Amino acid sequence: MTMEIFLQQLIAGLSTGGIYACVALALVMIYQATHHVNFAQGEMAMFSTFLAWAMIQAGLPYWVAFFATVLLSFVLGAAIEFVVIRPLHRAPELNVVVVFIGLLVIFHSVAGWLFGTQIKEFPTPFAKDAWYATRLMSAHQVGTIFVALCLVAALFTFFRHTTLGLTLRAAAQNPASSRLLGIHVGRLLMLGWGLAAAIGAVAGMMVAPVVYLDPGMMVGILIYAFAGALIGGIDNPVGAVVGGFLVGVLENLIGTYVVGTELKLSVALVLIVGVLVVRPAGLFGRRIVQRV
Amino acid sequence: MTRLLETRALHAGYGATEVLHGIDIQVDEGCVTALLGANGAGKTTTLRALCHFQVKTSGQVWFQGQRIDALGTEQIAALGVGHVPDGRGTFVGLTTEENLRLGGHARRDRRAVAQDLERLYAYFPRLKERRQQQAGTLSGGEQQMLAIARALMGRPKLLLLDEPSFGLAPLVVKDIFSIMRRIRDEEKVSILLVEQNARIALDLADTAYLLETGRIVKSGSSDALRNDDAVRRAYLGQ
Repeated sequence: MTMEIFLQQLIAGLSTGGIYACVALALVMIYQATHHVNFAQGEMAMFSTFLAWAMIQAGLPYWVAFFATVLLSFVLGAAIEFVVIRPLHRAPELNVVVVFIGLLVIFHSVAGWLFGTQIKEFPTPFAKDAWYATRLMSAHQVGTIFVALCLVAALFTFFRHTTLGLTLRAAAQNPASSRLLGIHVGRLLMLGWGLAAAIGAVAGMMVAPVVYLDPGMMVGILIYAFAGALIGGIDNPVGAVVGGFLVGVLENLIGTYVVGTELKLSVALVLIVGVLVVRPAGLFGRRIVQRV
Repeated sequence: MTRLLETRALHAGYGATEVLHGIDIQVDEGCVTALLGANGAGKTTTLRALCHFQVKTSGQVWFQGQRIDALGTEQIAALGVGHVPDGRGTFVGLTTEENLRLGGHARRDRRAVAQDLERLYAYFPRLKERRQQQAGTLSGGEQQMLAIARALMGRPKLLLLDEPSFGLAPLVVKDIFSIMRRIRDEEKVSILLVEQNARIALDLADTAYLLETGRIVKSGSSDALRNDDAVRRAYLGQ
């Protein structure tokens, strides 16, 4: 029995961990390219989830709404880069932070204004009685883990094995040298923002059936994801994914056995502070070696 | 001989400070042209101005009969100007091979890119040994070779070389320049070489310009400049 509870919590942790991993990955992508943490990432994902909800309400089948939302979010993310972030190219750090917080507030209020602040149910595409559902794990948990892993695998293939992915990494790392090779750094930044927003949208749609849909639904998740990204090393995508899953599992196990559900979120905050104090580069933070 | 690149009264500077006060230079196809001068004469600024990179410019730059001074850096690179910048522009977190692949990122013919990669490895065997190594861990000389090879991966028509000898041991410099000589003979690329080290530059170049405080003060064939009394005294130490 106790073993069963442990396994249930472990799988629940992996499932939410998959969500954190995706959001953490989105944060890391923006961080690598701009050296800023996009505090609005969670609210952008929430807004995307509302778009999906509206499309499903309008009668579209789930997966049509899903992919339409991913696409729309991509466009929205790219547009935000172009309209809001690009003009801040040479602005001081603090201005950028303020703009990110502004974006957060804007998405929060616009979502509330458009869709109402009432808590809504959001459907899961994974039927309760699907063959992969067992006593230990619900269909939605399995589905979420699967979607998260697929997304991560797709992104790693893209970044490791395609020329476009390579130029994205290059532009993030050394924009000046990239331009001399004819790489359009500005366009790639737009692409990066679009990708991050699309990843966030997937995370939002996967978590909404669990936490229910409302303008505040991503606030806690962003904090967990941030903890995951920091544990893994804020500039390391692999670390972010591992960190995300780790935070999900820790959150559930510590919540069950140590502190209880009410204090779960503080676990994330303790992790953030702990990592920053003990190992600022994160567990996987690779220090880039450079000879001069 | 066809003219590949030409500047007309090219001015360039940073902010309110003007560094180049109207220079006219020409690079002919298939030739190595050297731009010599002391530290601070404006050599690096000239190369940057040609690529419209991090400097404000006025005046004209013509490349293959097309005016390029109003184009963006990326567009100029795409036209076939390969810039090996000062500081070498290494992507330190990527592997050597990824650095090289970046040079050919815009090319669609994968087979030709793979062939070029092998050909460049043949020029620079050291890079082949280090192909999977993080580029930031390469020595200064290896990073200089990497920068040259990366630019050549884009099959440029014109290669701009910014002080390839800078900060390197004399033996390494000799090594790099002998490879450059082979590249000049075997590849279809013209070279504009910026150097403080006038002796090695004149050995490689067909023609040369002498830049002093933002103005061209002398130009001619390498032989003529090598035998010029003022050049010999000031730049060759004879």
